[in-house]
Amino acid sequence: MSYFRAENLSLHFGGLKAVDAVSFAVEKGEILSIIGPNGAGKSSIFNLISRIYTPTSGKIFFEDRDITEEPAYGIARLGIARTFQNIELFENATVLNNLLVGRHRHSTTRLWQELLFLPSVRANEREHRRRVEQVIEFLDLEPYRDKLISGLPYGVRKVIELARALCAEPKLILLDEPSSGLNVEETDDMSFWIRDMKSELGITVVMVEHDMTLVSRVSDRVIALNYGRVLAMGAPAEVQRHPDVVAAYLGA
Amino acid sequence: MRFLFKTDYDDDIRLFPHSGYVISYGTLFALLVIAPFVLSSYLVSQLVFVCIYATVGVALLILTGFTGQASLGHAAFLAIGAYTTAYLQQFNVPFPIYFLAAGLLTGVIGAIVGFPALRLQGIYLVIATISFAFIVEEILARWESVTHGNEGMRIKTIQLFGTQVSRDSPAFYFLCLAVLVLTIVGALNLLRSPTGRAFVAIRDSETAARSLGINVALYKVKSFAISAAITGFAGCLFAHKLSFISPEMFTLQLSIEFIIVILIGGTFSLHGAVLGAIFVVMIDPFLTYLKDDMPGAIGHFAALLGAGATRATQIQDSVAAFASANGLKGAIYGIIIILFVLFEPLGLYGRWLKIKLFFQLFPLYKRATFKHQKIYVKSERLR
Repeated sequence: MSYFRAENLSLHFGGLKAVDAVSFAVEKGEILSIIGPNGAGKSSIFNLISRIYTPTSGKIFFEDRDITEEPAYGIARLGIARTFQNIELFENATVLNNLLVGRHRHSTTRLWQELLFLPSVRANEREHRRRVEQVIEFLDLEPYRDKLISGLPYGVRKVIELARALCAEPKLILLDEPSSGLNVEETDDMSFWIRDMKSELGITVVMVEHDMTLVSRVSDRVIALNYGRVLAMGAPAEVQRHPDVVAAYLGA
Repeated sequence: MRFLFKTDYDDDIRLFPHSGYVISYGTLFALLVIAPFVLSSYLVSQLVFVCIYATVGVALLILTGFTGQASLGHAAFLAIGAYTTAYLQQFNVPFPIYFLAAGLLTGVIGAIVGFPALRLQGIYLVIATISFAFIVEEILARWESVTHGNEGMRIKTIQLFGTQVSRDSPAFYFLCLAVLVLTIVGALNLLRSPTGRAFVAIRDSETAARSLGINVALYKVKSFAISAAITGFAGCLFAHKLSFISPEMFTLQLSIEFIIVILIGGTFSLHGAVLGAIFVVMIDPFLTYLKDDMPGAIGHFAALLGAGATRATQIQDSVAAFASANGLKGAIYGIIIILFVLFEPLGLYGRWLKIKLFFQLFPLYKRATFKHQKIYVKSERLR
């Protein structure tokens, strides 16, 4: 059985088929990219997986478990973290607090314990902080720890969002256009981090991406979508040469 | 200027980051402890109201400032706390028990109010909480077997450890102060643990909060319950301070006063609740001054400037008429809110931080330092 599997996943808005009977599987430890022109349904698939939308039909399996009916917060607790295309950070909190929210699925303390800030809560906080610090080191975010998000530039926010997802210690991470709005250097850094996430942290990565250089540099496999349907699936070079994919991009 | 070198994760966790805090808060605490023995009984009484309003302010900050859920129904929560007190007193329930009951019952009702609020946001939530407040007000006026309707209820003096704690005694002031301090410490503890961060996450982005495993509905209800429970405790003290309660004391205007407390104090920090409470409680003596002393002073001043005796009396009378006009308090509140929202959205505490920074950086202060920051109430950026 595959690690993660979507079966005949569909999302219809009235007559519009944003996602139309899409099936794909992700193996443990691979990097899978989803490409396609604007409006192809790439982000919709992510929103279906993280349950921001409810699928019209189809099923989603993770670690051989049907997670189609799981609530949005339950998905994260299973170990699926994500980033957003248009950065969804907690604007008026510090970077550190943003990252600590990422640890939420690992917090075990109860409300009354927190009100009294018992030693167990303090110990938990230290542990959270230690893990967050590892992620900060991994992504070179040291200079920003105590800064408010609202004062930070776009490129840094993008990295912080990735960091927040990593703080959840996910098994599977969904990256929605990790390189959008980044300059060439930042995109380079991003591609190293994505590879390191796979090799050092053992995280399975699914990403939606437009930058073909990044896609071919990091992905093990690529899925091309158009009009909510799968056009091609396979190794990056194969998919890029696939006649349907070429037609979809160039409009031939 | 002080530089903090952090060498331990506890440096970020502890409540007092450095010794300066211990000294300034210690001094403040010492002043508050000796206050009832040096200040006039009127001022001590005002201090008690500051403590009660600040407690409600902290409650409202947790809900509105940190979770981003606006509420204009906190007068109703206060009323529920107060009436629970009055009702249980009839059966000679001891103070600690009805005090806890007032908080717990209000907390449960807060949670129940929180459920319908899950589907509402911004201005719609404000309207829903206003309706809740009106419903409570009506129930208090009509459920005569329990609340004695518009006749109101008397509150007996607190009996604690076999002694009477009169509402004007220093002991009552210390009780209110203790409740305020405990509330603040509890709120701070909450804010540095996962629940508090989940609240802030919900305020800033519900979508992201969900995708990180936060059960948004549960935490909103928790926030409502905590906020209501604290207000319930405050309601118990409020009832004792007034010694008589009736439904018309818990009107929309009181809810608005609580909103003013946090709006003027600053919605991003617990300091705001205390500063705002001082401000709101001190408006009353200010209005009394307007009524009693200002007309005479202005008349006298006019006479000095050369106005005739009749003219001076006329001026004095018209100023007096203005100062005792109905609704002047409401108008002043309105003007204050407008001015604060326009010119100091960060509130009194934000102003204080700016003044502090100005002196810390003395010749180098830049006005743009605070430009990025926005006010935290979510209703203000409706989609």
